[in-house]
Amino acid sequence: MTLVLAALVLWMAAWLLNTRIAGSSLASSYIGRVAVPVVFGLSVLAIWELVVRGLNVPQVILPAPTIIAETFAAETGTLWIDFRQTALKGAISGYVIGCLAAFVVALAIDRSTFLRRGLLPIGNFVAALPIVGTAPILVNWFGFDWQSKAAVVVVMVFFPILVNTVQGLADTAAMQRDLMRTYSASYWQTLLKLRLPAAMPFVFNGLKIATTLALIGAIVAEYFGSPTRGMGFRISTSVGTLELAMVWSEIAVAALAGTLFYGAVTLVERWVTFWHPSQR
Amino acid sequence: MSQAAAIEAKNLDLTFETGDGAIQALRDVTLEMRKGEFVSFIGPSGCGKTTFLRVVAGLETPTGGEVRVNGMSPDEARRDRAYGYVFQEAGLYPWRTIAGNVRLPLEIMGYSRSEMADRVNRVLELVELSGFENKHPWQLSGGMQQRASIARALAFDADILLMDEPFGALDEIVRDHLNEQLLGLWEHTGKTIGFVTHSIPEAVYLSTRIVVMSPRPGRIADVIDNPLPRTRPLDIRDTPEFLEVAQRIRKGLRAGHSYGD
Amino acid sequence: MNRILPILVVLAAILALWYAAVVPMNAGWTIAQAQRAGHELTFLDVVADTMSQDRPRLPAPHQVAAELKKTVLDTKVTSKRSLVFHGWITLQSTLWGFALGTTVGIGMAVSIVYSKTANMSLMPWAIISQTIPIVAIAPMIIVVLATLGVEGRTVPKAIISAYLCFFPVLVSMVKGLRSPGAMQIDLMKTYSANAGQTFWKLRLPASVPYLFTSLKVGIAAALVGTIVGELPTGAIQGLGARILIGDQFGNPLMIWSALIAAACLAGALVSIVAVLQSLALQRMGYAR
Repeated sequence: MTLVLAALVLWMAAWLLNTRIAGSSLASSYIGRVAVPVVFGLSVLAIWELVVRGLNVPQVILPAPTIIAETFAAETGTLWIDFRQTALKGAISGYVIGCLAAFVVALAIDRSTFLRRGLLPIGNFVAALPIVGTAPILVNWFGFDWQSKAAVVVVMVFFPILVNTVQGLADTAAMQRDLMRTYSASYWQTLLKLRLPAAMPFVFNGLKIATTLALIGAIVAEYFGSPTRGMGFRISTSVGTLELAMVWSEIAVAALAGTLFYGAVTLVERWVTFWHPSQR
Repeated sequence: MSQAAAIEAKNLDLTFETGDGAIQALRDVTLEMRKGEFVSFIGPSGCGKTTFLRVVAGLETPTGGEVRVNGMSPDEARRDRAYGYVFQEAGLYPWRTIAGNVRLPLEIMGYSRSEMADRVNRVLELVELSGFENKHPWQLSGGMQQRASIARALAFDADILLMDEPFGALDEIVRDHLNEQLLGLWEHTGKTIGFVTHSIPEAVYLSTRIVVMSPRPGRIADVIDNPLPRTRPLDIRDTPEFLEVAQRIRKGLRAGHSYGD
Repeated sequence: MNRILPILVVLAAILALWYAAVVPMNAGWTIAQAQRAGHELTFLDVVADTMSQDRPRLPAPHQVAAELKKTVLDTKVTSKRSLVFHGWITLQSTLWGFALGTTVGIGMAVSIVYSKTANMSLMPWAIISQTIPIVAIAPMIIVVLATLGVEGRTVPKAIISAYLCFFPVLVSMVKGLRSPGAMQIDLMKTYSANAGQTFWKLRLPASVPYLFTSLKVGIAAALVGTIVGELPTGAIQGLGARILIGDQFGNPLMIWSALIAAACLAGALVSIVAVLQSLALQRMGYAR
C-alpha cells in the first residue's frame, strides 16, 4: 500500500515540477520543451512500476517496466531479427514502393481534369476504409515471407499519398499560375518550378500518415501467416503463451521504430518545406 | 495606326458566362498606348480595368474586337517576352530566395547562368534590394516583397510593364515611397507602363494619361491627358494643377457611377 | 452531372480492370484441373471457368455480389451467417469506441488549451502514441481484459478503436478551441467574462466546425480500429472475424463480401456524420 501511496505522491511531485517549468522562462527554450514531456513519461513509468509492485499485479496481466527492460535486454537478438523481418524488409520496402507508385499515379491523374474529378472522391473514400482487411488475401497471393507484408503496406499507403499529392498539386493560387502563363512556361516548367514545390507540404502530410500505416500493415499481415520470425508473429505466439514481458518488449520495439520512422520523415519534411509557415 | 503604338485595343468586348447569367466585363473598349507612355486605369471595382490588363496579357480572351501588342497578338507578344506583369500580391515563391524569385522567369526563358546572375544583380539594384539576395520572401516587409516582384517583372527586359494594383495592399507611407521609385524607374528605363489603381492621387502622380472606367458594363468613361511635367517631386500633389486633374477624374468617376445605377 | 459522370466512369474502369484481372489470376487452377482430367480447353472455356470457381484466388465482382445478396438479403438477420448480424456486432464496438475516443479527445483538448503544463506534457506523447502501431497492442488488450474478467469482446475492441479515434479529434479540437482571435478574446475581457463564460460563449462555439471535420475522420478511424481489433484475435463475430474465418477456411468469397460490407458501413457512418455536420452548422449559422 505504501508503494501505491508513493506513486500518488510521485505523480503530484512530477506534475508540480512540470508546472514550475512550464511557468518559468525555460518553457519556451528547447530544454524546457524536451524536459516537460520527459519528466511526464518517466513519472508514468515510475508510477507503473510502483503500482504493479504495490498491488502485486500478476505478470500475466501487466509486467513491471523493470521486468520488461530485463526481457528486452536478454532478448535483443530475437528482437533484432524480428525488427529486420517486419520493419526493414516488410514495412520499409512496401512504404517505398507504395509511395513511389502513388506519386507517379498522382502525376498522371493530374494531367486530366476528368480523371482527377473521378479518382479524387473515390481515393478519399478508399483512404478511409479498413484496408488492413485485405491482409489475408494478399498473404494468400504473395506467400508467407516479407513480400506479402510489403504488398499489404503498398495497398495501405497508396491512397493517402495519392489523395494528398493530387490535392497538393491543385493547391496553387490562380495568381501564381497566371504568372507562369505570362512567362509562356511549359507544362513541365510549371510542374517543376511551381506546382511540385507547392505540393510538398501536402505530400509530406501523406508520407507521415503512411509511416504509421506501414508498420500496422506489416504487423497485421504477419498474423495471417509468416515465417517463424517477425514482430507480429512474436506478439501473437507470446500472447498465446502468456509471456507478456516479451509482448511488451516487441511493443517497445514497435513504438521505437514507429517514432523513429515518423521522426525521420518529419526531419526530411523540415528540410524540404523549410519555407512553409508551419515550419518557420 | 501609328508605328509607335505599344498597345492598341479596338472595340474590345468581353462577356463572362456565370451561374447568374452573362456579365459584360468590357464593352467597346478602344484605346491606344504609345511607346514610353505611363497609362493609369482607374475606376470602381467591376469596371473592367483589371480585365483589360489581363486581355492585353493574353490571360483572358476577348469575345469581340481586337487587341495588338507591339503589332502582335497577345499570345505572340507573350512568347516574344513583350511584357512583364506585376500582380496585386507579390506572389513570391516562399521556397526560393529573393534572387531565386527574380531568376525564375530567366530560368524558364532559358538564359545562360552568367547572364542570369548579371540581370538579377542589376534589377535588384534598380529596386534597391541589393544585399537581400539570399533572404527568403517571408523575411521581408510587404513593401520589399512588392519591390522584389517588380524586379522579377523587369528581369527579362520586356519593354511593357503591366501592373495590377501593385501597391493596393500597402500602407500609405510605403506606397508613397514606392510611387517615387517607380516614377524614377520609368524615367530611367523608358518602358511603357499600364497601371491599374483605386487611388486618384496615385493615378495623377504617376501617369502621363489616365483612363477613367465605369462598371456594368465595363467601359471607358473618360481619358485625361496629364499636364504635369515629367519630373515630379512628391509635393507636386499640393499644386493647383494636380488638384484640378484629380477633380476631373472624380467627376468622371461620379458620372460613370450614376449611369450604372 | 458534371461531378458524378467522372466518378461513374472511373468506377466502371475499376470494375473492368477487376474482371480483366480475374482471368489470369484464376486461369492457373483451371488449366491444371483440365490437364489432370485430360481435357482440351479453348480460351473461352478458360474465361468462363475463371469467373465461376468456388474458391478463386480473385473472385469476379458478380460472385461477390451474389455472396453479398445471399448473406445480406436471403439470410435472417439474427442468423450467424448473416452479414447484417456481423455488421451489427462491428457497429456496436465502433460506436462505443467512437464515443470513448471523442470524449477523451475533447477532454484532453480542453485541458491542453487551458493548462500549459498539460500542453507541454501531453501533446508530445499524444503524437508519439499515434506512431505506435496499435495492432501490436491489440491481442494483449484482449487477453489482459479476459484475465481481468471482462466478458465478451465489445470492450477491448472499443478500447482499440478509441485509441485510433481520439487523436484526430484532439488535434482538431485544440485548433478549434484556439481559433478565436486575440480581438475576440479581448472583447470577452472587456465584458469581464470569466473563464467559463469565455469557454461556453466563445471557444466552444468557435470549435464546432473543427469538431465535425475531425468526427468524420474519427468515425472512420474507429471502424478501422474495431476491425483491427477483430482480425488478429480469434474473434468469431464481426466483420473482421468473417475475414479471419474466411481466411482460415479458404473461402475468398467470405473475405471479399465482408470487405465490401465494411466499406459500405464506413461510407454510411461517414455520411451520417456529414449530414449531422451540415445540420448543426446550418443551425449555428456557419453555412448559408
